[in-house]
Amino acid sequence: MSLIALPLIPLAAVLLSRLPLGTRFAPAVTLLAAATAFALAVRTALRVVAARELVALAGWLSVDGLSALVWLLVTFVSLMAALYSWGYLAAHESDARRIRSYYAHFNLFVFALVLVPLMAEPAVTWIAVEFTAVFSVLLVAFDNTRGALEAAWKYIALMFMGAAIALLGFFVLFWAQAAAGGGHDSWDGLRAVAPGMPPVLVMAAFALILVGFGTKVGFAPMHTWLPDAHSQAPSPVCALLSGVKTTTVLYTLLRLVPLLPPARAAVWLQVVGLISVGVAAFLLLQVRDYKRLFAYSTVEHMGIIFVAAGLGAPGGFYTAMLQMVSHSLTKSFCFFAAGAALLAVGTREIASVRGLIRTSPVAGAALLFGALAIGGAPPFAVFLSEFSVFRAGVEQHDYLVTALLVVFITVAFFGILLHVNRMVFGRPTAPVPPAHAGTPLPPTCVLTLVLAAIPVLVFGLYQPAWLHGLLMLAASRIAPVARP
Amino acid sequence: MPGPSAIPWLQNLNALAGGLFLLATFGMVATRQALGCLRLFIAQSACLVLSAFLLGMLDHSWDLMVVGVVDLAIKVFVNPWLLRRSLGREVYTRREITQALNVPATLLIALALALTGYFLAQPLLAVTGGADIGLNLPIGLAGLLIGTFTATVRREAVPLFLGLLATENSAFFAGLAVAPAMPLMAEVAIAFDVMILVFVVGILTRLVHERIGTTEVGALTALREEPKA
Repeated sequence: MSLIALPLIPLAAVLLSRLPLGTRFAPAVTLLAAATAFALAVRTALRVVAARELVALAGWLSVDGLSALVWLLVTFVSLMAALYSWGYLAAHESDARRIRSYYAHFNLFVFALVLVPLMAEPAVTWIAVEFTAVFSVLLVAFDNTRGALEAAWKYIALMFMGAAIALLGFFVLFWAQAAAGGGHDSWDGLRAVAPGMPPVLVMAAFALILVGFGTKVGFAPMHTWLPDAHSQAPSPVCALLSGVKTTTVLYTLLRLVPLLPPARAAVWLQVVGLISVGVAAFLLLQVRDYKRLFAYSTVEHMGIIFVAAGLGAPGGFYTAMLQMVSHSLTKSFCFFAAGAALLAVGTREIASVRGLIRTSPVAGAALLFGALAIGGAPPFAVFLSEFSVFRAGVEQHDYLVTALLVVFITVAFFGILLHVNRMVFGRPTAPVPPAHAGTPLPPTCVLTLVLAAIPVLVFGLYQPAWLHGLLMLAASRIAPVARP
Repeated sequence: MPGPSAIPWLQNLNALAGGLFLLATFGMVATRQALGCLRLFIAQSACLVLSAFLLGMLDHSWDLMVVGVVDLAIKVFVNPWLLRRSLGREVYTRREITQALNVPATLLIALALALTGYFLAQPLLAVTGGADIGLNLPIGLAGLLIGTFTATVRREAVPLFLGLLATENSAFFAGLAVAPAMPLMAEVAIAFDVMILVFVVGILTRLVHERIGTTEVGALTALREEPKA
């Protein structure tokens, strides 16, 4: 029952946050809803570790290890984003109607995000993925500036183009299933008949869905919309977009991996992943906007997860899941930190920000923490997961792939640190605009930075048994099915 | 799965629907006026609906009939109405002169894409498939490519978005034949999902129009890495 309740919570919050009960009601309702959803997701995850799979409506709604993992990430990041939004929005917006509208869309977006992993039917999963785009586009446009509207337009146009191409892929997938003898039309049903599917149909379906959903994930060279949308949206929305929206689309792509002939799947995943990691690593060097810096880093990390999944059994799939978790947690933190910097200095331009650690110690420290963590410095979670990817690569004797990955990740590390180091420690060149000087960060923003930093640090040093169990279950869902 | 019964006149009619579908897609990429583009989109959707009914009769599938009815309501009536309503008359009367390529070049590329779609479909058709798949899949693939191409060369918001809707229609056109047993709920939900999308894009286009004073979204190029001029 709690499976069906989880998506209903943000849906109820959509309606409640529209009520005109003062400027504090909508954020409070959103925060409460997000906290409840997170609690339910934790409970679900613990039950899944024990029971492997929970079914609410057979063939339509069910949660396995992979779904539970994505649920945990989505609900945790949305809880942090809800907390952050409270102070962030209060500092930007005083119009009560716009505040209510923001929270209504925020909850609608979270609703779409939690819907994706719950769906057991592939075509319905497509619809849920499409909802995540449709319900977030007005959040991207929320600031109503030229830049925000341009980003929102590009965002929705490319999202829909990707969705339309992927739709044909899902039809072909269904065709492949029918050609293999049918069975129930669900992710599990597909796994059951996977060995009998005509390879040309499965590969055609995967190619179409990879192009379509790859656009949504932000794989290079279809990534061009991503830095725009992920930099122009309000910072808490960026945290959701970069931290978990990309993850939910990637989740759908990973669901297809077990259906493919293993040898070909490995090549496709590695090539697509490496192109993204490489392109993003070099584009990172020349950014001028620090939110775009983190957006390009998302393209890089999506690539790393794909490469890891392409390395294959057994280490590869596990590390892909680990990388997915550490990226979601760390990247959302980075955007919270970037938002704090934006509140402190009022500009997104890297060149205009110098000596942040003196003008706003909290924002400066958070930005440095985020940059080190996402770049992959020890002892943070990303270091552990990236190191596991390298180890899996060496164990699989994929030396070339591993070497390229090491080079690209190193370039990206220096790219990120180069920019952030100047922003945090550089000598202040221009005085901070008086409108921003001396305004302390809103308390909820500081609290979010503290809370969101905990898992980034802890999961780099220690992995709880339940998390290990969940990762193992999730990895087993993307490993290839047994073939005769 | 029982194969579709061979009723020649139904199949011929379906071939006609497919031909007109492709013709409308060609028209959309070539036409310069937003309103003309919208009318061609309605024609394309009508061909999709016709094909759904015909394949429903061939397959004895009530599901496809229901899909046809839902698509008739949403794609032929509601979506064009939403697109008309959300924007002023002015947007539709404007001629688009600034398209990236001229008409003959556009049509030539569209023709090449249609042929590509035909050849891409061949290895898939070699696996299984009756006459209806042999017709709908190549046309759907061709439409998918041409629709995507339309969206990339358009600079005005409405024709650009219509190109994307044509892409989705094409995916559906192929889907009718290759996956006739797709759960009805999923197919109907997809149609409603696209309706919500059209609604949201209408809002967004209006915001762009109000804020920037143009709907020529192709001219919005402020966000990039190079230093601003």
